[in-house]
Amino acid sequence: MNKYLIETKSLKKYFQTSHGLLHAVDDINFGISEGKTLGVVGESGCGKSTLGRVILQLIPATAGEVLYKGENVLNYGKKKLDRIRHEMQIIFQDPYSSLNPRMTVFELIADPLIANKSNIRKAEMSECVFELMERVGLSQKLVNTYPHELDGGRRQRIGIARALTLKPKFIVCDEPVSALDVSVQAQILNLLMDLQDSMGLTYMFITHDLSVVRHISDEIAVLYLGKCVEKAPKRELFSNPIHPYTKALLSAIMLPSIETRNATIKLIRGEVTSPINPRPGCRFAPRCEFSTSRCLEKDIELKEVEQNHFVACALQD
Amino acid sequence: MNSEGNCNKLLELKDLYVRYHTDESIIYAVNGVALSINRGETLGLVGETGAGKTTTALSILKLLPKKVGEITRGSILINGKDITTMDEASINKIRGKSVSMIFQDPMTSLDPLIRVGDQIIEALKTHNNVHLSKKEMEKRVDEMLTVVGISPMRKHEYPFQFSGGMKQRVVIAIALACEPDLLIADEPTTALDVTIQAQILEKMNDLKHKLNTSMLLITHDLGIVARMCDTVAIMYAGEIVEQGDIVSIYTEPKHPYTIGLFNSIPNMSNEADRLQPIEGTIPDPSDLPNGCKFHERCPQATKLCEIEKPDIIGSGHLVRCHLFANK
Repeated sequence: MNKYLIETKSLKKYFQTSHGLLHAVDDINFGISEGKTLGVVGESGCGKSTLGRVILQLIPATAGEVLYKGENVLNYGKKKLDRIRHEMQIIFQDPYSSLNPRMTVFELIADPLIANKSNIRKAEMSECVFELMERVGLSQKLVNTYPHELDGGRRQRIGIARALTLKPKFIVCDEPVSALDVSVQAQILNLLMDLQDSMGLTYMFITHDLSVVRHISDEIAVLYLGKCVEKAPKRELFSNPIHPYTKALLSAIMLPSIETRNATIKLIRGEVTSPINPRPGCRFAPRCEFSTSRCLEKDIELKEVEQNHFVACALQD
Repeated sequence: MNSEGNCNKLLELKDLYVRYHTDESIIYAVNGVALSINRGETLGLVGETGAGKTTTALSILKLLPKKVGEITRGSILINGKDITTMDEASINKIRGKSVSMIFQDPMTSLDPLIRVGDQIIEALKTHNNVHLSKKEMEKRVDEMLTVVGISPMRKHEYPFQFSGGMKQRVVIAIALACEPDLLIADEPTTALDVTIQAQILEKMNDLKHKLNTSMLLITHDLGIVARMCDTVAIMYAGEIVEQGDIVSIYTEPKHPYTIGLFNSIPNMSNEADRLQPIEGTIPDPSDLPNGCKFHERCPQATKLCEIEKPDIIGSGHLVRCHLFANK
C-alpha cells in the first residue's frame, strides 16, 4: 500500500511570457497521507494556487509527476482522468465570483451531479442536494435562492457543498476563508474540520494566513517563488523555523494580544523578485540577511535537518 | 459647545447618524457613534464587513456619495470646529491639509496616467497654503519618497511600474506630504502580503511618532490593532459596542461580541481543536433588530435585550450591554 494518497514528484509548471519563462511551480515534492491536511503558505506570486491547479490538472504540468494512490495521473487519458476527477475537488477563494449568479442554490449544488452522472433520477438528485445542504449547514429554505441574496459565509458553504457532491477523497482548498470576516471564517474552518473527520477527507490547504494554517494543518510547506523552502509538521515549524524566510514570515504575524505588541518584527528588506528566468541559487538570497556567494552558486535542494523537517538553505550545508 | 475646553481633542464625533438612501430601502449605516481622538493618539476602529467603519471614516471628510449618503444627526468636530455645517470650500481646506486618508486598495487610489512624483506634487499644490516654489516642491517629493522607503530616482515612473506594497507607500507619502494632524487609514494593509504589511505598519508607526500625527486606523484585524493602537472602539451594526484603552479591552473584553471576535481567531499559543465562532451573521442594515443589535447572535441574550436598546456605559472602558447595566 502506498504511504500517501496524493504525492508530487519534481512537479514543475512554467509559463511562457513575453519576457521569458515564468517559473510558477519549480520542482515541488510532497506527499499527503489519507485524512491529513497539508498547509501550503506563501505570499502572492509564490505559486501556491498554480500548484493546486496543476495537481488537479486544471492546467497541464510542464514536468514531473502527480501520484494519486500511487499512480501517475499526468499520463491518464481523458476517460480515466474523468473518473479520478470525481475524487479530487477544489474549493475556491472567492465565493462571489465562483458561483454562477443565474443558478439557484439547488442548481448550483446539483450541477456537478448532472455534469457527471447524466442518468441520475430526479428524486435521488434532490435527496442528495438536501443531504449536502444539511451537511454544510445551509438551511433548506434557501434552496431556491440565488447567490446574490446570500452573504459570503453561506456562499462559501455552497462552494463546499459543490466540492462534496461527488464524494471526493482529496480537496484542494484555495484560500477558502480569506474573503470572509473572522466570525464567519471560524464557522467555515470548523465546518471543514468536521467534514474531514466525518468523511475522511484529505486536504491541501492553500493560504497566506499563518494563524489559519497552523490551526488546520498537520504538516506545512512554505513556498517562495515557486520553490518549497521549508516543510515540517506544524508544531515543529512554528517552534523551530529554520529558513530565514520562514523566520521572517512567522515574526510578521501580529498576534491579537497585549504581551506581544512590542515584540520586534524581523523585517525583510525589499520585495519578492521576479519569477521570470530566475537566476540559479536560492530565490530568497537577494532579500536574505545571511546570504553569501554560496547561496547563488547552484539551486539548493530540500534537506532533512531533523526528522520530517526539510529545509532548503545553504546555511544548513 | 466648548471647543476651547478640550483643545487636546483633535477629532470628536458626537452622536453621529449616517444613512444611505437606495431605491428600495434606507440603510442605517451609522447609528449614534461617539468617538474622540487626542493629539498623537491612534484609535483602532474594529468591526466586520458592514459594521459602518468606512462610512464613519468617509463622513469625517464629508466624502459620502452625494444624494445617497446623508448625515442625519450629530456633529463632527475637527480641532473644535464642526464640519457638518461647513460649506464645501471650507472643508476642502481641511481635506489633505489637516485630515488625510489612505484607502484600502492602493491599486485604485493612484492615477495610472500620472507619474508618482507628480501625484505627490498635486497634493502639495492643492493643499499647501505656504506656496512652495517648484524647486521646494521637488525637494519635498524626494523627502517624502525617502521617508516611505522609495528611492527618489523613481519619482518619474508610473504606478504600474510599482508593486502593490510600493504603491501603498506612495499613497502614504501623498497622505503625509502636507503633514496632516489626522490620518485616516482604512484597512491600509489588507490587500498586501504579511511581510509587506509589517514593513508598511512599521513605517506608519515611525512617521506617526516623528510627525506626532493622530491616526484613525480602520481594520478587522485585532493583531494589527494590538500593534498599532492606543485606544480601540469595537463597532457592530453601526454602533460602538465597546470602547477603551488597548490594555483594558484586550485583557478584559466585556461585550459578548468582542469576546466572540477574540474567540474566532485561531489562537497561536493554545491549540484548541475547534474554534468558537459567533453563530449567525450580521443583521441587514436596512432592517435592524429592536433592542440590542447583537441579541440574535448573543449567547447570553435575555428578554430585555430583545426589547430595550442598551446604552453605552462606564468610565474609560465603555460597554453597550445590559449585562453590565447594574454595575
